[in-house]
Amino acid sequence: MDSALIWEMVIKSLVLILALLTGFAYLTYYERRGLARIQSRVGPNRAGPAGLLQPIADAVKLIFKEEFTPGQAYKVIFILAPIITVIPAILITATVPWGGTVTIGGREVMLGIADINIGVLYIMSVASIAVYGVVLAGWASNNKYAMMGGLRSTAQMISYELALGLSFVGVILLANSMRMTEIVEAQRGLWFAFLQPVGAVVFFFATLAELNRGPFDMPEAEQELSAGYNVEYSGMKFALFFMAEYTKMVSISAIIATLFWGGYRGPFIDTMPGLGPLYMFIKIFFILFMMIWVRASWPRIRYDRLMDLGWKILLPLSLSLVFINATGILLNQMWLIPLLSIGAGFLAIQAINLSLRRKENAR
Amino acid sequence: MTTMQVLFLFFAAIILGSAIKVVTTKKMIHAAFWLVVALFGIAALYAMLNAGFLAMVQIVVYVGAIAILFIFAVMLTRKELLDKGAALNNNKTIAALISLVFFGGLLLLLTNWSGFTKMAPDLPEGDMVAKLGEALVTPNAYLLPFEVASVLLLAALIGAVYVANEARSE
Amino acid sequence: MGSQTPWVYVGIFVLVGLFIPIAAIAIATFLGPKKPNAIKQSTYECGIETVGDSWIQFKAQYYIFALVFLIFDVETVFLFPWAVSLNSLGIFAVFEGIIFILILLAGLIYAWKKGMLEWA
Repeated sequence: MDSALIWEMVIKSLVLILALLTGFAYLTYYERRGLARIQSRVGPNRAGPAGLLQPIADAVKLIFKEEFTPGQAYKVIFILAPIITVIPAILITATVPWGGTVTIGGREVMLGIADINIGVLYIMSVASIAVYGVVLAGWASNNKYAMMGGLRSTAQMISYELALGLSFVGVILLANSMRMTEIVEAQRGLWFAFLQPVGAVVFFFATLAELNRGPFDMPEAEQELSAGYNVEYSGMKFALFFMAEYTKMVSISAIIATLFWGGYRGPFIDTMPGLGPLYMFIKIFFILFMMIWVRASWPRIRYDRLMDLGWKILLPLSLSLVFINATGILLNQMWLIPLLSIGAGFLAIQAINLSLRRKENAR
Repeated sequence: MTTMQVLFLFFAAIILGSAIKVVTTKKMIHAAFWLVVALFGIAALYAMLNAGFLAMVQIVVYVGAIAILFIFAVMLTRKELLDKGAALNNNKTIAALISLVFFGGLLLLLTNWSGFTKMAPDLPEGDMVAKLGEALVTPNAYLLPFEVASVLLLAALIGAVYVANEARSE
Repeated sequence: MGSQTPWVYVGIFVLVGLFIPIAAIAIATFLGPKKPNAIKQSTYECGIETVGDSWIQFKAQYYIFALVFLIFDVETVFLFPWAVSLNSLGIFAVFEGIIFILILLAGLIYAWKKGMLEWA
């Protein structure tokens, strides 16, 4: 291991983290503009041309804000919690490949941090520790709203993590590997979103719940918990929670793009490997738009229905998708997979419809 | 000392330090958080031992599920979460004696074991995880433990549901 | 070093990543104004004075969900290596995996029938 390699890693990490932070800053702008457009408003348009400097103005404001620390909070954990929340949001991208191998200044550079043979499991493990920032924030604030938000978020995240994990198993079955680069290569012919459309949808909803985003934003439900786990936070510490949520949106979109939408692959990628990050950017842009669109269109769902959806619909559905994938691969009849999975998805929608109607009748 | 040795000592110190905190801290919730730190250190040790799969499983299962269970349990069982009760009680001499004997026994067993002084052999070529998967379902490897594990999990689930039902009907 | 190298990369990534939030908090601590008073530091409950402790006892349902989650989490972890090697295995091995899932599915159905998955 030479020192040049270590420097290369440090530079790659810095570039990726700065890219994620820029992505976070402009995602806030993108979301505000997108939401405004959907609600027939204009959105931020004062700072700079078309409001493009808005994120910078926000950052400057937040730096000079006074931070309150509630008197009865647990100081050390209160300060640590935002840091612990941000770290997994950044770390989760470590195994995502952003492109093939390119030559920069005579050096072969892989566009990605680490190509581990258990890349998918790494993502799952980082997703499973993301709970701690929220729990610690809720606990350290010593506030009833914060406590409830932290608990709710934990229960919600662990419930949807099962559907998330089983969707991962489905992708691994199709790609026959846990290495992210091999998963991308396996989608050379057909993207997994077309081979396993229901799996892609289940994964998308499970990640929305992991992100605590609408319609699954129970932990910060403004009307009941005022802001949930981050109610006592202000200034830069609040900004860090915000940063964690939006950075995680970018990271998770990158993961969705890699697992289901062909990753960095696109036209001419084999002759020009430098195009990889561009294709990733385009795909992430569209997936982020989906997330914003969902938030703008759907109301928050009730907590018992949230748990029902996770445990009684998505968990059995993702288990049956694992079965379907295994069957299709075993019989070597790939066309069976989309056909059967769409059937299973249709049954799941019927089940949701039925349960909603039953509750209506009961009232 | 090589870099690996420095890293090992660093993580070992973290594990031991946080483990001591787990048993000596007076607040139960602090004990649960210190346990998480110790479990992370163990995952780092696994990663250093080339057992990446085990390291990730350690984080997913222990940090992501079991420690969460502990935190929920603490929040549910103790009305007074800021438990100021003493961490040590009258049995500390007996406990220290038993653990000393246990530690001595383990040390004796391990030093007599032929593999104690050997270096780990190089890993075979190929994808280790695929090999593990094959071993799990091959009859003359780990098929029986694999299936028994599922029955064990089922038993645990039924037991948990039964106990929870009892608690709820009270 | 060998195959540990990717983990070294992850380690470097963690260190660089840690720097960002710590730097953000440090900068804000130096540059932000600090004029604390008793009202600012009181617990925020929409203007009403706090009553009682925030360490109240929580619903048992949280614990039950965590328990069921733990069991299925372990199952998922077992399925990962099985899924990686599925292509190189025979029909027999695939059925072993499916039996593993079915046994646990029975557990899920049991918990469901007993009403453990109800958030009531």
